[in-house]
Amino acid sequence: MKNLGSYLLFLFSLVKRSESPGILFKRTIDEAVLIGIDSVFIVGVVSTFIGAVTCVQISYNLTNAFIPNSTIGFMVREMTILELAPTITSIVLAGKVGSNIAGGLGTMRITEQVDALEVMGINSASYLVLPKILASVFVFPMLVVIAMFLSILGGYLAGTLSGALSGQEYITGLRSEFIPYNITFALIKSVVFAFLISTISSYKGFFTTGGALEVGESSTKAVTNSVIAVLIADYVCAQVLL
Amino acid sequence: MIEIHNIHKTFGDKKVLDGIDGVFESGKMNMLLGASGTGKSVLLKCIVGLVKPDLGSITYDGRIFTNNKLDIRQEIRRKIGMLFQGSALFDSMNVNENVEFPLTMLTDMNRTERKKRVEFCLQRVGLENAGNLMPSELSGGMKKRVGIARAIAPHCTYLFCDEPNSGLDPLTAITIDELIKEITEEYDITTIVVTHDMNSVLEYGDNVMFLYKGKKLWEGHSSGIMDTRVKELNDFIFSNRLMRDAKKIEQIEENEQRDEDIRNGEV
Repeated sequence: MKNLGSYLLFLFSLVKRSESPGILFKRTIDEAVLIGIDSVFIVGVVSTFIGAVTCVQISYNLTNAFIPNSTIGFMVREMTILELAPTITSIVLAGKVGSNIAGGLGTMRITEQVDALEVMGINSASYLVLPKILASVFVFPMLVVIAMFLSILGGYLAGTLSGALSGQEYITGLRSEFIPYNITFALIKSVVFAFLISTISSYKGFFTTGGALEVGESSTKAVTNSVIAVLIADYVCAQVLL
Repeated sequence: MIEIHNIHKTFGDKKVLDGIDGVFESGKMNMLLGASGTGKSVLLKCIVGLVKPDLGSITYDGRIFTNNKLDIRQEIRRKIGMLFQGSALFDSMNVNENVEFPLTMLTDMNRTERKKRVEFCLQRVGLENAGNLMPSELSGGMKKRVGIARAIAPHCTYLFCDEPNSGLDPLTAITIDELIKEITEEYDITTIVVTHDMNSVLEYGDNVMFLYKGKKLWEGHSSGIMDTRVKELNDFIFSNRLMRDAKKIEQIEENEQRDEDIRNGEV
């Protein structure tokens, strides 16, 4: 409870005395480039293979002759949009972006760079952390959309190349009973996950004390806590929004 | 001028500062002297506002800093320059950007004015050709110089230095001390230097405050420090001199050994 209170106070301090909109905008764009562009490759690789594996495993389990092959495409689409793209992408990003945020802020803290900002009269939390949160909230949905596309493409390639189904059947499955709200649901989830990952990682990194060893500990805690928070939030979102 | 009155600070059950009073004059090198763990850095952090004292008051040129309105504290803070023990340069910025940073954040200067000021400050600390280097490419002494340049860039009125010559070779340490002294006198800045180096105190210090176990045991001009009768201060001075003498003896022995090796044709 003490940690939760301290986390909420930390969030409050981000907006209490923030920098001018110009500086905030510039810093947010810089962070968005760092978080977004640098993560495209890993998100692309993970989501393509997850889509491919999903397609192969569904086709392996569909042995009933009464179920059409296009069901594979339908199931890949549903699983990708509802769960795999937002959640797996966020878990991957919790590892990559979360540890990066916590490690960076932790290092700044122990090398007195945060103190240097405070001495200048700058709200260090707002200057350093708020742009990271805004950038994450802005960039995560984009990465999730890329992950959706690549995951479905991965499924298509795996399905057609392995001969499990034809391209036409896969596309028929993709287009059947499409619910646009599912995309909205996935994007809402990605925003929630982005907020949780960026704030938890920033909190862990910002309050690092000690030396290099503690920076490593902060990064580890940031990743584990973010992943747990993402999974809990995933359940809550599913329960509330579906 | 900075005045502190009855500063107390406790961490857990450990009393770190116990009723410290003092006046730090402008245009002077005010030295906070003491062994490690006596509360010097904590006192400095209390004065700049990084640590909140449990009790006591701090005033900057008559304006109360502790427990004052945020706006007033911010206004005072914008006149503060600080040189940290590890320099605390921003890793992601090069030297030019580090020095320019406070100007961008704290002043209304346009880009041309900022560039001119950065050039001037780097020239002042003797690093006019290092503007494009990253902090990781700088030596310890260069980092301290950039730290000083960044501190004085926004025309600071108060300069705080936390062990400015720690981790530096003796020659570089002297250069940094000289630079701080020159800047203090040139711009009439109120400078507070935390140190445990008696060389710095004797050579460059004006006013000295000696801390021992969180208490102020002695205060006065550096010229009078050798005549003190405070036992703890005498012990401290003696230990410093002892170390210096030991280092000299070690160097003499090394030189003698080398000469002997040369004579014997081993080198």
